[in-house]
Amino acid sequence: MSPPLLGVGEEECQSNGTLLASSSSLESVCENAELKEHNYMGLADRPSENRSVVPTVFECCKITLTLKATELRLGLPGSQSPERDADFCAISSAKLDEKPLFPLHPSNDGHYSSQKIVVSGNKRGFADAMCYASEGEFMANPEANVVLSPRPSPNLGLKNCSGPESFGHRPAKVKEITTTQIAPETQPNDGSGRNIASAPAPKQQVVGWPPIRSFRKNSLATTSKNAEEVDGKPGSGALFVKVSMDGAPYLRKVDLKHYSAYQELSSALEKMFSCFTIGALGREMLSESNLKDLLGGAEHVLTYEDKDADWMLVGDVPWEMFLDTCKRLRIMKSCDAIGLAPRAVEKSKSKN
Amino acid sequence: MDPSKSRDSAESTRVIQFPNDVLERILSLIDSHRDRSAVSLVSKAWYNAERWTRRHVFIGNCYAVSPQIVARRFPNIRSVTLKGKPRFSDFNLVPPNWGAEVHAWLAVFADQYPLLEELRLKRMTVTDESLKFLARKFQKFRALSLLSCDGFSTNGLEAIATDCRHLTELDIQENGIDDISGNWLSCFPENFTSLEVLNFASLSSDVNFDALERLVSQCKSLKILKVNKNITLEQLQRLLVRAPQLTELGTGSFLQELTAHQYEELERAFIGCKNLHALSGSWEATTLYLPVLYPACTNLTFLNLSYAALPSEELAKLVAHCPHLQRLWVLDTIEDVGLQAVASNCPLLEELRVFPADPYDQDINRGVTESGFLAVSLGCRKLHYVLYFCRQMTNAAVARIVQNCPGFTHFRLCIMKPGQPDYVTNEPMDEGFGAVVKTCTNLRRLGVSGLLTDLTFEYIGRYAKNLETLSVAFAGGSDRGMQCILDGCPKLRKLEIRDSPFGNGALLSGLEKYESMRSLWMSACKVTLNGCKMLARQRPRLNVEVMKDEDMDDGQSYKVYVYRTVAGPRTDAPSFVHTL
Repeated sequence: MSPPLLGVGEEECQSNGTLLASSSSLESVCENAELKEHNYMGLADRPSENRSVVPTVFECCKITLTLKATELRLGLPGSQSPERDADFCAISSAKLDEKPLFPLHPSNDGHYSSQKIVVSGNKRGFADAMCYASEGEFMANPEANVVLSPRPSPNLGLKNCSGPESFGHRPAKVKEITTTQIAPETQPNDGSGRNIASAPAPKQQVVGWPPIRSFRKNSLATTSKNAEEVDGKPGSGALFVKVSMDGAPYLRKVDLKHYSAYQELSSALEKMFSCFTIGALGREMLSESNLKDLLGGAEHVLTYEDKDADWMLVGDVPWEMFLDTCKRLRIMKSCDAIGLAPRAVEKSKSKN
Repeated sequence: MDPSKSRDSAESTRVIQFPNDVLERILSLIDSHRDRSAVSLVSKAWYNAERWTRRHVFIGNCYAVSPQIVARRFPNIRSVTLKGKPRFSDFNLVPPNWGAEVHAWLAVFADQYPLLEELRLKRMTVTDESLKFLARKFQKFRALSLLSCDGFSTNGLEAIATDCRHLTELDIQENGIDDISGNWLSCFPENFTSLEVLNFASLSSDVNFDALERLVSQCKSLKILKVNKNITLEQLQRLLVRAPQLTELGTGSFLQELTAHQYEELERAFIGCKNLHALSGSWEATTLYLPVLYPACTNLTFLNLSYAALPSEELAKLVAHCPHLQRLWVLDTIEDVGLQAVASNCPLLEELRVFPADPYDQDINRGVTESGFLAVSLGCRKLHYVLYFCRQMTNAAVARIVQNCPGFTHFRLCIMKPGQPDYVTNEPMDEGFGAVVKTCTNLRRLGVSGLLTDLTFEYIGRYAKNLETLSVAFAGGSDRGMQCILDGCPKLRKLEIRDSPFGNGALLSGLEKYESMRSLWMSACKVTLNGCKMLARQRPRLNVEVMKDEDMDDGQSYKVYVYRTVAGPRTDAPSFVHTL
């Protein structure tokens, strides 16, 4: 049973890679953005582990179902929207440097009828990802890997202005898949209601589009990062946390994403609270090795509240992990930080 | 009958024999180069009078004519404006080292126009050597303006600052420049006093602030000052108190933390600038400090916030203080709400440009939509220039907008997703743009976008009788579209097309047209080499240049640049440019 299944799956996989890639390039609503990211955190991070893939994909499928249930669609729920396929006809031969999202085709419904609900738009892939996973063959499918792997960080192309470059290697891959299996898909769906002129496919990241001068584009890259700071809204690029200082009359907020290391953060905080004299806090590198010295002499200690609502000493964990777990910051007086010090000192001892 | 007839002929001969001195005196008062071109066509005498009195020459395409021809015709030029590369080079569609080098021009000018005073370049390649040459050879040189140029570095600017003793204008805008250091500013001589315009907003290196402060205090005629991001608010305050006569100001960054005292001082400095009518800045603004600007905004006619990502509330508060605003450039972070505030507060608005803060973001819930545009059209009836980047639009909205503001001269709408239809009806945007050309009879420039069929171009060809510039991308269905344009728009001068299905038939349908146009650009269309060769063969006075697109595999991906010229084929073309 397995080999023919795999065979079918491969073909479908290839074509669906195109279909889904195309559909995502046509979709003007970015409803999928978060979903894409979510999926790929599971799939891309651990490509070789079958087990870990399965639960993630299942979770995503559930999310898929929820979203799909509420999404306004032109066709009946559960049906493949023919409009989309018509689009795919028009653009299938064109330049697709789109991120291939869910390469697995759903139309092998006969085998996986339980997944039929999820069949439509971009989410088809999940149905099959799930199905394949349940068969234990998901990662055995080499095609899936080929198509899935070139998509490490889905938002990178969207957010950064280095779009064309980051997509440079993809067209080759997508094209290979594109050329096969398009014909049978397109014929039944020709001539659907969509009034498409024979214009070329809308690319995700087209050279020189939208038409903005390079200088302005490069400035905007920095401006948009700061815009989120200005807005105070949590855009996907900002991570604002409150910073309180013992004895200060008011709190401040900082965007942790603005910094790339502890050193930057501490100097920024020092500047911010300079009127309240942080002292030695900002001067030393907040690394494990320095902590002992720091705590020994400093007036203040920088701590943070993590996801478990524990107050932790800043500097123990790698910066990235810190970003993930930090909920708020507090600049404590050293005398209050007695409870924290031994733990930190122990850690640094164990490292040394 | 007879006497009047002979009187008429006597009159006519007398007019032609108008004394040259008087004629030249009168013609020297005419500035517009279009008027002057018209004048030169009247008669031989007028042609000569005109050429002797012309002080400023505008060359829209540097390859349409050679510097020798220019120098031969106009002996007394003091000011030159030169434009080089096709506009799509701004969007990386033209490979580097394409050409448009200014040096060949400078070499001729050094010989023929040693008294040259002004040079304004757009999309030209300028090297440091050229800048040094310029500074050395032209003793009376006063004004240099570089917009969207490339090939030079701040070292070249050092030469300008050091050697141009009478410099009044140094305007460096949005160039692909190698920003090595800010030392150039310190190269101005100690007793330098002549500067009137200084714009280094787009440079990123730090300049020596003391040198800048001294420069500003000494140059009492300084009217336009645009500093770069690195100038802090505190430094800005010090500059402003030394130059309260400024009419145009570009601020630095607004990020600095100010004490209450510093804030007051800054506010006072702005209050002191009573003549400010244009404001811009690379503001990474903490909007805490925007209120310092309010007192300076009363007479503001131009506000350029296109590098400041302001949220709608902040913009609303700001424009509430700008009742006389005529031109506004913003980022789409202000959203429709911000535009509504503009509509309510700025009834005199004539020009609006909304740039996307995050052009590659697909999130349709950010940025501006058709309702913002509509709101502005309702509140600002004098609106005639719009550049609008959005993620959604409808035909109905566009039709209503032009109904509200039928006076559009420049309508540049960019729906950022290529080929996107009216998001409500799912139809092409044909009717919307049709409404634009039907209603706006004075339309001179049009930028189209979204899903468009040949019908749009039929409309344009039929109705846009004053259209001079048309930009097309990802649009049209067949050759017919482009043909309609070429047949229909009598005043068309610049046509630029990308990624549209127009082929040889369309290209060749413009045989009669191209010599009356400045240029035609087509890239990623269906034109083949044979079509271009045919065009070149039939029209020897056009340069038909073809660039092969290295990225594309199929044989049809050419970039075609066609322009009229009296200088013959380019002698400096790089290997990837083939003149047919």
